[in-house]
Amino acid sequence: MYRGFPLFPEAASSVARGVDLLYLFMTAISVLLSIGIFTVIFYFALRYRRRHPDEVPKPIHGSLKLELFWSITPFLVTMIFFGWGTTLYFRNYDPPPGASEIFVVGKQWMWKIQHPDGQREINELHVPSGRAIKLTMATEDVIHSFYIPAFRVKKDVVPGRYTTMWFQPTRPGSYHLFCAEYCGNQHSGMIGRVHVMAPSEFEAWLAGAARGKSMPEAGEELFHRLGCFTCHRADVSGRGPVLEGVFGNAVLLQGGRKLIADEAYLRESILNPGAKLVVGFRTRMPTFAGQINEEGLMQIIAYLKSLPPKKRLDAEP
Amino acid sequence: MTRTHYLNVQYGFRSWLLTKDHKRIALLYLASITLFFFLGGAFAVMVRLELVTPPGDLMQAETYNRMFTMHGVMMIFFFLIPSIPAVLGNFLVPMMIGARDLAFPRVNLLSWYLYIIGGVFALVAAVSGGVDTGWTFYTPYSSTYSNSAVIATAVGVFVAGFSSILTGLNFIVTIHKMRAPGLTWFRLPLFIWAHYATSVIQILGTPVLAITIVLLAAERLAGVGIFDPKLGGDPILFQHLFWFYSHPAVYIMILPGMGVISELVTCFSRKKIFGYGFIAMSSVAIAVLGFLVWAHHMFVSGQSIYASMVFSVLSFLVAVPSAIKVFNWTATLYKGSIVYMTPILYAFGFIGLFTIGGLTGLFLSTLAIDVHVHDTYFVVAHFHYIMVGGAVMAYLGGIHFWWPKISGRMYPEGWARFSALVLFVGFNLTFFPQFLLGYLGMPRRYHAYPEEFQVLNVMSSAGASILGVGYLIPMVYLVWSMRYGKPAPDNPWGAKGLEWTTSSPPVTENFEQTPVVTEEAYVYQVEEEAPVG
Amino acid sequence: MADIAHPAELAHQFEDMDQQLDSSVFGMWVFLAQEIMFFGGLFVAYTIYRGAYPEAFREASHHLDLRLGGFNTVVLIASSLTMALAVRAAQLGQRAAIVANLLLTLALGSVFLAVKAYEYHHKYVEHLVPGLGFSFEGSHPANAQMFFVFYFLMTGMHALHMVVGAGLLLYFIHKARRGVYHAGYYGPVEIMGLYWHFVDIVWIFLFPMLYLIG
Repeated sequence: MYRGFPLFPEAASSVARGVDLLYLFMTAISVLLSIGIFTVIFYFALRYRRRHPDEVPKPIHGSLKLELFWSITPFLVTMIFFGWGTTLYFRNYDPPPGASEIFVVGKQWMWKIQHPDGQREINELHVPSGRAIKLTMATEDVIHSFYIPAFRVKKDVVPGRYTTMWFQPTRPGSYHLFCAEYCGNQHSGMIGRVHVMAPSEFEAWLAGAARGKSMPEAGEELFHRLGCFTCHRADVSGRGPVLEGVFGNAVLLQGGRKLIADEAYLRESILNPGAKLVVGFRTRMPTFAGQINEEGLMQIIAYLKSLPPKKRLDAEP
Repeated sequence: MTRTHYLNVQYGFRSWLLTKDHKRIALLYLASITLFFFLGGAFAVMVRLELVTPPGDLMQAETYNRMFTMHGVMMIFFFLIPSIPAVLGNFLVPMMIGARDLAFPRVNLLSWYLYIIGGVFALVAAVSGGVDTGWTFYTPYSSTYSNSAVIATAVGVFVAGFSSILTGLNFIVTIHKMRAPGLTWFRLPLFIWAHYATSVIQILGTPVLAITIVLLAAERLAGVGIFDPKLGGDPILFQHLFWFYSHPAVYIMILPGMGVISELVTCFSRKKIFGYGFIAMSSVAIAVLGFLVWAHHMFVSGQSIYASMVFSVLSFLVAVPSAIKVFNWTATLYKGSIVYMTPILYAFGFIGLFTIGGLTGLFLSTLAIDVHVHDTYFVVAHFHYIMVGGAVMAYLGGIHFWWPKISGRMYPEGWARFSALVLFVGFNLTFFPQFLLGYLGMPRRYHAYPEEFQVLNVMSSAGASILGVGYLIPMVYLVWSMRYGKPAPDNPWGAKGLEWTTSSPPVTENFEQTPVVTEEAYVYQVEEEAPVG
Repeated sequence: MADIAHPAELAHQFEDMDQQLDSSVFGMWVFLAQEIMFFGGLFVAYTIYRGAYPEAFREASHHLDLRLGGFNTVVLIASSLTMALAVRAAQLGQRAAIVANLLLTLALGSVFLAVKAYEYHHKYVEHLVPGLGFSFEGSHPANAQMFFVFYFLMTGMHALHMVVGAGLLLYFIHKARRGVYHAGYYGPVEIMGLYWHFVDIVWIFLFPMLYLIG
């Protein structure tokens, strides 16, 4: 498709062809409809041009049948588009279970990527083909958007929260990565490349890539350096809740509300501890906003996710 | 012996700057929005010039970002939103319903002054370096990070917003309360229905933009975190508040154009419009549905899948009344008596380009596709097809159609047809390639881009130069015609409508006596109906 | 030339006084519709944050003086009463009553604004004005600040509308003293009344929203 005059970007993900097919369908209908209308107008304009200056055609007020026809037909056509598009979207929304995770932080004006084992990249993302990849994303400053045209996927990163997206690459190659939400001065410089590799090559790359500690290790280091362990101990004698096995399990809050601890909850608990207080604890946790950046937060969360669950006495099953 | 009419009844600055005559106010608007049109156009020229080559080599990124922002701000708030209502609406609404003026002439003049004050703020912002947030002002970039004239621009938009509100208020009251005897709702010209629907949007939508701007300014001035997550704020709340107005705003920009097209098609087919009731009600339907779709601008911002679904289906629904109009206009041509004067050429252009623009809106409403094309040139192409291929063409068609009434002169038909053609060609060359660029993945608001996008960008910029010429030519001949154009008869087109029963130009009071209306709109021949089909 | 068919107060664009009155009143209602959307936007934003930070907002709200807020509510309702009486007087052409009631309305409105000014000053002294040395002793200072941002924006916007209203009242008092309003021409007073009642109603919403949390 890259030869000559390209109309489509390369299709390199499991959903790309499906999106292109819908696009082609809609384009075909649109072209037919447009040509139809243009032809009719052209024909009427010629056929019914004024022959002599005084002619006055008979009035035609309207026709309920025609009106209903060309109200209901467009309605049905749009509902077909809606149905197909929504079904595709629903199906593509959640990552399949067991997707590999990669963590992305956008900041003016670069993309910083962390693999769980500690490989770090800037403006480059290496992924294996044939495997589902889930990105958990954050931003240090303003809204950006992580866009890979070849995969037909895009998601904003919004300050104050995590957003996620997933894809499954299908073709080895090197594809554009763009920031797609205007973010200031170097918005058009916040670009890079996604490198899809055959799984064996990807493993080789992982082994050789520049890396720091793995994310859980880095997170553990932060956990100690910032003093989290002084309150969050492995037993219930700590001033704060036990964090072993907290991820993915229910947490009972003061006031009776219960929620499942996910990445967003853990992140909020570090930056704004007073927002949701766990039942049974009186001490106020201080905030760590300003002491830890988005990457560090992801590392701590990775560390917490890596802890084997112990018997927990402070939360209901 | 020169007849006295609204243009020569009094001379001098004071008679214009303190006028209460809706027709003079319309001309005050015409002059000022034309200025902003060319300013906004100049910014567009800078953008397209930079985009001829892939690297950002014509100007710094910072400058480029201000160029596209100022282009958007000026074109939307200071040209498109006022354009047809403030020029053609102000001039024609009283005349079409048989009134001597709008309900509140002084409020009308105040409306123009508010527009000017807003415009001055925007100009001050421009000369002090401009603003670089994009016309959408997304937070936290605009509230915390941008170092540009955000507040000056925001104040300008705020004040101009009240201009828009007061225009809408005037139209609603006038149409409700001042129709001539016998002029029932379903005898009104479709131009009036369109402006009524538009005015409802202006009244209900614009205040929300106003308060959003107040919140943005408060955050920027006091640093208080209304939209800053570090202080408990929500940047997505800004988007909801902003788009709650800005989506209906696009219907403010297109509905009046549709009203113009209805008038042009019926007149130049010399035939009653097909499906009057459906066209009238479709304007109302678009206004109502238009308030329910705002979050289709936010499909990828992290909102829930169910919210996205709701906004997607509603966005499809709002396309249906527009389709109904296109079919009804086409049907009006059937067995009509058509002449190819400039206004109908613009109408044909509108129908063609609006159809394409509207259909591409369906692509954007489709969730799975929007994920790919959101924030790319596909969106840019879509809205330019509607706003330029649609609204601006309707505006020019209307200006030409009512020019004899407004100025008392005919414009030169040959030059006018030529410019319409130049515009049509230039427009398509500029914006069609951008659909392709968008699907290929080129994001919008990019100062520099990868090499492979260059060919399409060069085509687009080439088209823009032709488009520019197409806009300049009417400037020249319309001004020329004011002095040297053929004096116009009262009704050069043989059109139906109360405005055509007045002299060209009309006297200040429009009508010597309040007319009495005894028939429906567009009765070109009183006879039993011809069978359909 | 003024006569029975064309009274001096009839503006040239209207056919008769009925149409003029009808249009003016309708115009004011349309204007109020847009005011509702304006304040509505603020209320929606406030409600969203209040839902997100209920405790912080409750704590912050306790720093507002309930008695002063309540007093102001009574004052404003009373001023709506006097305004309504002024409209009635205008319809009956009772010049003295129009002037007296408008003056009372203005007085009551001024009392409201004075109390508001006192409250604002007090907040400033307590360091509760966001952007001007804000400092809050409580568990969620950032969220409490959000409360006060909306407190000042909402009551400030309301107060601005009252100041405009007060200015208009001065104008109407001046006109009423010169006998401009009578049974055949009282539209301006009626639409002034509509505006004033609207400003009152906004406060009726503001007071419980801001002062009566929890």
